Amino acid sequence: MAVADSHDTHDDHHDLYDHGEFIAHHFDSAEQQFDSGKLGIWLFLVTEILFFSGLFVAYTLYRTNHPEVFEQAHVFLNKYLGGLNTIVLLFSSLTMALGVRSAQLGRNKNCSVYILITMVCATMFLGVKAVEYSHKWDMGILVRSSFDLTYTHPTPTTEIGKSLHISDYLVYLCIVPALLFAGFVVASAISKLINKNMLAKFLMAMAITVSGYFLGVCIGIIFMSATDAETGSSHASVIAEQPLMLLASTQDDHSDGDHDEADHDKADHDKAAGDPSHDGEHSDNEEHFGAHPADGGEASFDDHHPDPSTLDRDIGIFFSIYYCMTGLHAIHIIGGIIALGWLYWRSLLGHWRTDYFGPVDYVGLYWHLVDLIWIYLFPLLYLID
Amino acid sequence: MVDANTRQKLFGTPETNFLNCSKGWKSWAFTLDHKRIGIMYLIGVTVALFLAGIFALVLRSHLFTFDSTMLSDDMYNQMFTLHGAVMVFSFIIPSIPAALGNIVLPMMLGAKDVAFPRMNLASFYLWIIGTGCLLGAILSGKGLDTGWTFYTPYSIDTNTGVIYATFGAFILGFSSIFTGLNFLVTVNTMRAKDQGWFKLPLFVWSLYATAIIQVLATPVLGITLLMLIAEKTLHIGIFDPKYGGDPVLFQHFFWFYSHPAVYIMILPAMGVISELISVYSQKRIFGYSFIAFSSVAIALLGFLVWGHHMFTSGQSLVVTLIFSAITFTVAIPSAVKVFNWLATLYKGSILLNTPMCYALSFIFLFGIGGLTGLFLGALSTDIHLHDTYFVVAHFHFVMVGGTLTALLGGVFHWWPKIWGRMYNDFLGRVGCFLVFSGFNLTFFPQFVMGSRGMPRRYASYDPEFQAFHQLSTVGAFVLGIGILLSFVVLVYAAFRGPRCSSNPFRAASLEWQSSSPPDFHNFIQTPVLTDPYDFESQVYDEELDTYIPREFANPDKVAPRKEPVHH
Repeated sequence: MAVADSHDTHDDHHDLYDHGEFIAHHFDSAEQQFDSGKLGIWLFLVTEILFFSGLFVAYTLYRTNHPEVFEQAHVFLNKYLGGLNTIVLLFSSLTMALGVRSAQLGRNKNCSVYILITMVCATMFLGVKAVEYSHKWDMGILVRSSFDLTYTHPTPTTEIGKSLHISDYLVYLCIVPALLFAGFVVASAISKLINKNMLAKFLMAMAITVSGYFLGVCIGIIFMSATDAETGSSHASVIAEQPLMLLASTQDDHSDGDHDEADHDKADHDKAAGDPSHDGEHSDNEEHFGAHPADGGEASFDDHHPDPSTLDRDIGIFFSIYYCMTGLHAIHIIGGIIALGWLYWRSLLGHWRTDYFGPVDYVGLYWHLVDLIWIYLFPLLYLID
Repeated sequence: MVDANTRQKLFGTPETNFLNCSKGWKSWAFTLDHKRIGIMYLIGVTVALFLAGIFALVLRSHLFTFDSTMLSDDMYNQMFTLHGAVMVFSFIIPSIPAALGNIVLPMMLGAKDVAFPRMNLASFYLWIIGTGCLLGAILSGKGLDTGWTFYTPYSIDTNTGVIYATFGAFILGFSSIFTGLNFLVTVNTMRAKDQGWFKLPLFVWSLYATAIIQVLATPVLGITLLMLIAEKTLHIGIFDPKYGGDPVLFQHFFWFYSHPAVYIMILPAMGVISELISVYSQKRIFGYSFIAFSSVAIALLGFLVWGHHMFTSGQSLVVTLIFSAITFTVAIPSAVKVFNWLATLYKGSILLNTPMCYALSFIFLFGIGGLTGLFLGALSTDIHLHDTYFVVAHFHFVMVGGTLTALLGGVFHWWPKIWGRMYNDFLGRVGCFLVFSGFNLTFFPQFVMGSRGMPRRYASYDPEFQAFHQLSTVGAFVLGIGILLSFVVLVYAAFRGPRCSSNPFRAASLEWQSSSPPDFHNFIQTPVLTDPYDFESQVYDEELDTYIPREFANPDKVAPRKEPVHH
């Protein structure tokens, strides 16, 4: 009835570590260690799903109670950018799976390449997300309390913003990645100089990873300007079909005192309606990231764009939920990149063997879950009809 | 059959053990040994208990007279909030699983450690950070006055340190998840060879059921608290009615965690009691599989009853009825346990030492705590009793009368194993008596007050309640002295108590096959798998003055196995 490796004296504790390079002392066999890790990561994924579940429940409740809010709101999300990100993440899941396979076969070099591609996809995803976020912040599409839709894009004030005609917010969102990129390149060069070639290679890979972010930003901007006309018309079709109904339903809600915040909200409405700068103001959705000098848009509310003053302020709740869900998802992507970086380093060290590849497997499962959550978020947020 | 030298080596007092195998603060701060982490957790939760206990005594002192001006009303609010928050998040939830469970669970499985020792250590440090943030609410000078429940919309409007405290609770949640996840994996993959699920001690079953709740419920609290922080800083309008949010949604989310959390608090306590009752009756536990499955049943049913905290929050009547009905069903597995404990005691050879005194107190106090829960689960009586001292008394009977009592009983039971030294049993029993009588004196009058309409969380009250409040305050100090006495007895025993043998109580679960204190790797030699409730498997060895497994004993001196007696 042996429970564990028996050892007779206190002096031979170190012998316990001999039964395999990577087997922790408290496990009997590689198999037991792998099974424990696998069960552990699955349980962790369960906690992750439940962590997101609160937001999914909030989404379901508000969508059930205020369907009109969701219909009005989703047209402000660019489904082409969302779709692009979906493809990027799906592709990263493929490369991750290939990475796991390589690790299982002990092919460390292949594994490291696949993991690098996965990381680049991850940062690309974040780059595209940054374009989406900054575009919305420009338009005043924020969380409920600060939601203040306007089609005017503020003039960029930063030098980079001015010269590239991109939003200030996007410039801010690029500062940390730019610093990281520069840091990794410099550190890599220094490591090379002091002959730490492995470290240099790792740091260069990290720099490549971060550059994926800028790739994402560029592709995002191109997609945005290319598809804006089309999303503009989709705004139009929804609003054109039922503009009065939307208006009527939201007004009903308010007059019935259905909303607890009616009073407060009314004040906001009045303010928005009474504000002359909103009325008759021109907006030009096509030129946010385009070449137009941002000299303040002068536009009228054509049938492409709903008048902000007629929109229900509650659509801000949709964006509260949107920012919570996608923000939390983005944090998980960042966590995943860090874990993948660790795997990349260990692949360089050649740690994976046919009998030891657990960590790649575990991070792979986590990565697929992050992907899967996006697969749910994309239709729930972008493809409402 | 082994010779005397081997017996001496296996069951005698060892020269090196997990306490002295390495020295220096670093060997503790960075240890991956589950026993050392468990001891650090035990110290941590004791500090939390004393802090929150002091808050409670201040509260009770304030309430001694009906027009007391000892605390301002604001201070009073902060006092009961911090008492509740620290007790719940920093003390009770980690107390039995993370402190006692950590030390005992791997040994009960014959394992060298939990499955993820680093995660175990991380759990402890998260506990420190989380408790620090929770207390940061005081240190920041802002205090916290929302009650431990952080109900919206008040928690959004108040200027006190809600963000510190919720962030602290969020971190403590992860600490709890780490412990739970670790235990689930450990029990699944690291059991001794041939140790099937029905050969596990019931403490392991209860920790497993607890871990299921920790893993499934705590993440929901995590996201809820994050959303609350987002609501407070960015006003996202999900909980705040000013921005179209739904404050009752917060209550749903909160209780979806916090009701199962009640079972995180009580299930491990029930596991401890199952061990104590059986060992100190020297009788096989009655209805093993019923007790085992009732733990799992409580864990699962616990997820379906959160709405009974919201009977008066404006739920629909149908929903309320359903929650009420499911709440009643929780009484079934709880009662199954109590009946089985009583049946185990019947004709047992009962040893009334300190742990057993605590175990018997538990049955009595938990019985009252559980039965008064039915009054609150029934709609008609709950409308009258909700938000009164009746509720306060009810959950203190379960949390303190249940969990704290079981924790003390368990600590006394495993103390000789942990330190290799015996406590003073007489003083231990005196402590138990003080705890038991002080507790009843504190909370029994609160049932009476509550049923007469004394509302909870009020800083002043009608003069007619003064006598009850004064009894309660006196009781609280007796309870405090009882806990302090037990603490002194235990600490003295750990350092100065007489040496004790590996298995002084003739317990049969695997942890007693290690030396006292255990070796760094828990067992010097692979333990012999024994039925945890077959006490005949342990025989007395004169040379070592301890009980050892029959397989290791000198066959010339061993009495033959007693045939089971059928009554």
